Amino acid sequence: MTVFIVNGQKIEVEPDPRESLLDVLHGRLALFGTKKGCDHGQCGACTVHLDGRRVVSCLTLAVQADGREVRTIEDVAREDGTLDPMQQAFIDNDAMQCGYCTPGQIMSGLACIAEGHTGDDDEIREYMSGNLCRCGAYVGIVAAIRQAAEQEA
Amino acid sequence: MIGQALNRVDGPLKVAGRATYAYEHWEAGQPLYGFIVGATIGKGRITRIDTDRAERAPGVHMVMTHHDVPAQGTPDPSIPFEYWRAYPALSGPDVHHYGEPVALVVATTFEQARAAANLVGVEYAGGPGSYDFAACQDQAYAPDALIYGMIPTGTAAGDLDTGFDSAPVRIDVRYTTPYELSQPMEPHACLVVPDGEDLIVHVSTQIVDAARASIAGTLQIDPQRIHIIAPYVGGGFGSKLRIHAETILAAFAARALGRPVKVALTRQQIFHLTGVRPTSSQRVRLGAQRDGRLVAIAHEVTMHTNRHSEYIEPTAAATRGLYAAPHRLTSHRLTPLDLPRGEDVRAPGEAPGLLVVESAMDELADALGMDPVELRIRNEPTVDPERGVPYSDRHLVECLREGARRFGWERRPATPASVREGQWLVGYGMAAGIRGHIQAPTAARVRLAADGSAVVQSDMTDIGTGTYTILTQVAADGLGLPPDRVRVELGRSEYPVSPGSGGSWGAANSSTAVHRACEALREKLVDTARNDARSALHGLDPAGAKFSDGSVSIDGVSEALSEIVARNYPDGMAAEGETLAMTDDPNYRDYALHTYGAHFAEVGVDADTAEIRLRRMLGVFSVGRVLNAKTARSQLIGGMIWGVGAALEEEAVVDPRSGAFVTRDLAHYLVPVHADIPDVDAVVLDGYDDKANVLGAKGLGELGICGAGAAVANAVFNATGVRVRDFPITLEKVLPGLPPMET
Amino acid sequence: MRTFTYTAPSSVAEAVEAIAAAGDGAKFLAGGTTLYDLMKLGVERPPALVDVSRLAELTAIDTSGDTAGGDHLVFGGGARMADVAADPVVRRDYPVLSESLWRAASQQLRNMATVAGNLLQRTRCPYFRGTEYPCNKREPGSGCAAREGIDRGSAVLGTSEACTAAYAGDWPVALVAFDAVIDVVGPRGERTVALADLHREPGDTPHREHTLDPDELVLRVRVPVTPAGRGSTYLKIRDRESYAFALASAAVGLTVGAQGLVEECRIALGGVATRPWRARAAEQVLTGRPLTDETARAAAEAALAGARAGTHNGFKIELAERTVVDALRIARGRADR
Repeated sequence: MTVFIVNGQKIEVEPDPRESLLDVLHGRLALFGTKKGCDHGQCGACTVHLDGRRVVSCLTLAVQADGREVRTIEDVAREDGTLDPMQQAFIDNDAMQCGYCTPGQIMSGLACIAEGHTGDDDEIREYMSGNLCRCGAYVGIVAAIRQAAEQEA
Repeated sequence: MIGQALNRVDGPLKVAGRATYAYEHWEAGQPLYGFIVGATIGKGRITRIDTDRAERAPGVHMVMTHHDVPAQGTPDPSIPFEYWRAYPALSGPDVHHYGEPVALVVATTFEQARAAANLVGVEYAGGPGSYDFAACQDQAYAPDALIYGMIPTGTAAGDLDTGFDSAPVRIDVRYTTPYELSQPMEPHACLVVPDGEDLIVHVSTQIVDAARASIAGTLQIDPQRIHIIAPYVGGGFGSKLRIHAETILAAFAARALGRPVKVALTRQQIFHLTGVRPTSSQRVRLGAQRDGRLVAIAHEVTMHTNRHSEYIEPTAAATRGLYAAPHRLTSHRLTPLDLPRGEDVRAPGEAPGLLVVESAMDELADALGMDPVELRIRNEPTVDPERGVPYSDRHLVECLREGARRFGWERRPATPASVREGQWLVGYGMAAGIRGHIQAPTAARVRLAADGSAVVQSDMTDIGTGTYTILTQVAADGLGLPPDRVRVELGRSEYPVSPGSGGSWGAANSSTAVHRACEALREKLVDTARNDARSALHGLDPAGAKFSDGSVSIDGVSEALSEIVARNYPDGMAAEGETLAMTDDPNYRDYALHTYGAHFAEVGVDADTAEIRLRRMLGVFSVGRVLNAKTARSQLIGGMIWGVGAALEEEAVVDPRSGAFVTRDLAHYLVPVHADIPDVDAVVLDGYDDKANVLGAKGLGELGICGAGAAVANAVFNATGVRVRDFPITLEKVLPGLPPMET
Repeated sequence: MRTFTYTAPSSVAEAVEAIAAAGDGAKFLAGGTTLYDLMKLGVERPPALVDVSRLAELTAIDTSGDTAGGDHLVFGGGARMADVAADPVVRRDYPVLSESLWRAASQQLRNMATVAGNLLQRTRCPYFRGTEYPCNKREPGSGCAAREGIDRGSAVLGTSEACTAAYAGDWPVALVAFDAVIDVVGPRGERTVALADLHREPGDTPHREHTLDPDELVLRVRVPVTPAGRGSTYLKIRDRESYAFALASAAVGLTVGAQGLVEECRIALGGVATRPWRARAAEQVLTGRPLTDETARAAAEAALAGARAGTHNGFKIELAERTVVDALRIARGRADR
């Protein structure tokens, strides 16, 4: 039995040991905000926070999450539905188009700030490079992260 | 409202992870999971397929092969566009390309399906296949068909050979472009839910109507029994114009098992199963006077096609409308190979064609010793060079001039390889872009409720293009409502039919239809009010009616729309609007309608390692009227980034021994990352093309790519003096031409 | 993917027992960023995984340089790449180590991957990763599809008839340059292995990539303290600015004496060899001499001595030489500070 906390809630599952954390989020918890883009850690769309640090959930075995805290995009907006400043910044700066990479970009963006990697735009770009965006929303994403980082400061 | 930089109305859902994509729908509960088994030869026949071990594997519900797939329809050539035609899968033992589906395994979990897929035993009799484009040029042929059933493959004017040979300055160059893939972030996926005799199909698709028609035609059932649901699509870029095997096989499996079945392609499978932009070899001849005036333009293209399923990318077609010259020649030839078929990838034709033609123009400018911007301006046509009709609204020169000004083009290094900043050789490059505007028949419905709120319905999709937002604005504008009183519902086959998202036609098509629906609704509202004794507007002259803030007013007397509707149509009132096909609109016959762009790029090339890095890039565009300033800029920048990728990074590589795309993942097929894209901006000139449609708007979803890559490539030449003619420009192609390492 | 048994011991001692108990083919699982990736492709098919990613004993980072075993930086095998990369002492005094870490992969992957696991990262050769191809590394004796194939990413140094797969990692290249060692523990006790002796060239046995036994666990990575750490860099040349493997890379460290002569010199190559490639011959060219364009170039050529090009990767030879020259220049600039 794998027991872990997802967005503050205790979850007990008996995963197939082969199952990724991503597939458990989807297939067992119906939490689809985290996206499968490549399933091999090459695109970042599946980024979640594990014990407060960003990881790619497609290369995390579900069983490895035992006893740990997982935070997904579904947890980012406030309880009353108000958006986190990062989310609002994404909207304001049109930091998305098709929206598929967006949850991963936001989870990475939040982590960038927490890690102290938002010193300047070049640093943001470097530390966000693990999140691909085929729609090319990079300019808006960097602007959004800068905006959110400044608000945080 | 129209034109404003309204935030995306679907933004709150997308940033919260609550926009639901195809395989995420959970309404039907836990589905079964299908996994496609692909052929591991490039050509031949399946001689034996053993499904026994797979069938007995844990969790497996079925294994489908060509032996037991139900009867399928075949593509009907009388259907004008291929996306609407049947798309049979597992149709027989023959293998037409590497990775072609040979089985579908359906199991309780994804891991079980994938594990069982490895247990399907397939034996092949491999045949000799042709996989090497460069080696098979002797087999190239001129196709009989028209491109998209409309565009001739060859055009000619004057006498190209004589005109070219007698020109004082001549450029005769050959370029190649690689296989490319759309690579949307969302893999192609489909969840099919059987509902009695019907099928509910959640699919990642660009054209709902085509998906329905294709599924119906393949499964040979009434299209009315297929319900497509595609409210959110995680990028398409051409690869989801049509459905592919994952959808057909999921549908067959769901029907056979009476259970919901979900099939998502892996990123690896995408390489072989969703179409590819063909590789091309392009010869461009430019003959000019010493003052830069072109006297001859020839653009001859040879591209790969699958031997059995022909696809002609219109790679030389954009050249036809771009510059004037008396002697002209364009042609398209195909080399039949046993590789996955070509399909439309964003800006089909323009992307590889302008990449090359605009590089060749730069070579001409260099040979002339002329400013490349001036060269374009000098060759600006007054009428469409091949059709002879006037342009509806051509502003390429303004784009060029405005772009040059904003970019600081006058600071461009005057000679190649002359500017160095630290380790970087710095260069500037520019290119022109053009794309034809297309209009296709589209219907939309707008319904006004008794509370005065409006709902727009269309089977249109939003693939990141901003449809939800733009149609909100158009309806808000059309009915005088605040945008938060408008809801847009998209992506269902129950809604009025459109040609979906593709060809950059979506926004203009659907906006026009919505605008017309609103027109009809306004008429009906005013008519109802003035004939209603209870209405404040009773008996007033409809000519002066104005709609704003949820009310209609005539001569200073106003009444809320909600009152009119509640009193007369308590269940709401609706109207439909339509957009004409361009074939029915004389403007498209009498004028040439395009959108235009001018790209300016600055690159740095490492003087020692030849690494090429974009430093900044600007595009200035003319698209008629902009519907939403924010989403327009994003789409254009997105296209420009595609241009950067095409110029410097993207390439799907075929192993000519097996016919497989051997480098099949996102770690090998490189697309630009954040760090590749520093300072990129797009500026749109104000405009209005009154020939395009009643809104004056033209499409721009693909314009950003058109010419973008050439600007980058030309900057590389300006930086290094090295002209690379085989895209992508990777460092080993520049390295031999760099000056020796210095202190 | 083949199913497997999974255990998560809570101590190193338990882990050593667990791997033995789990039987033949069992593997340690750390970050999973290589192993799980390859399991999804069917390339790795372990019947059992022993998860060592949560062992607190293995995560310590000690950069005091003042340890019982001598003057070493000590990185627990389970320390995350991201944490070592961000360590202030590492960044300031051993930029080669920090750069070799943060220039690899993505921050998400660096938060998962461990400094020990990264030593054992496997090649990115597409024929290794695609199970339908003959590959002597994956299936001994089956052949090498890269030989006449798409070999742009293949190695030019240390290749054999059997295999040309490039070693794709970065961190071990820096470690090899700086004479790092690892302490490992197994059923037969603890031993220390020099990084230089960890990785194998393919030879006739490309499937044997390193000298550890499958039941040996890396406890820590130790890097001898040296002033050459300050004058160091890891220069990585790639097709795009980030999130890509090296076409060629160089880990370089040096110290320069009062008369401008190179004293300590360390050079190793990545991206171009079948294992992290210490270039001692290149170091000897420079030791005791001034660093000039000529000597740098001569050292670079010595570093690539014996390089053999395949079909599409010949450019790597010139590229790697230039990379060495550039890295020497950068390291020299830092050594002066």
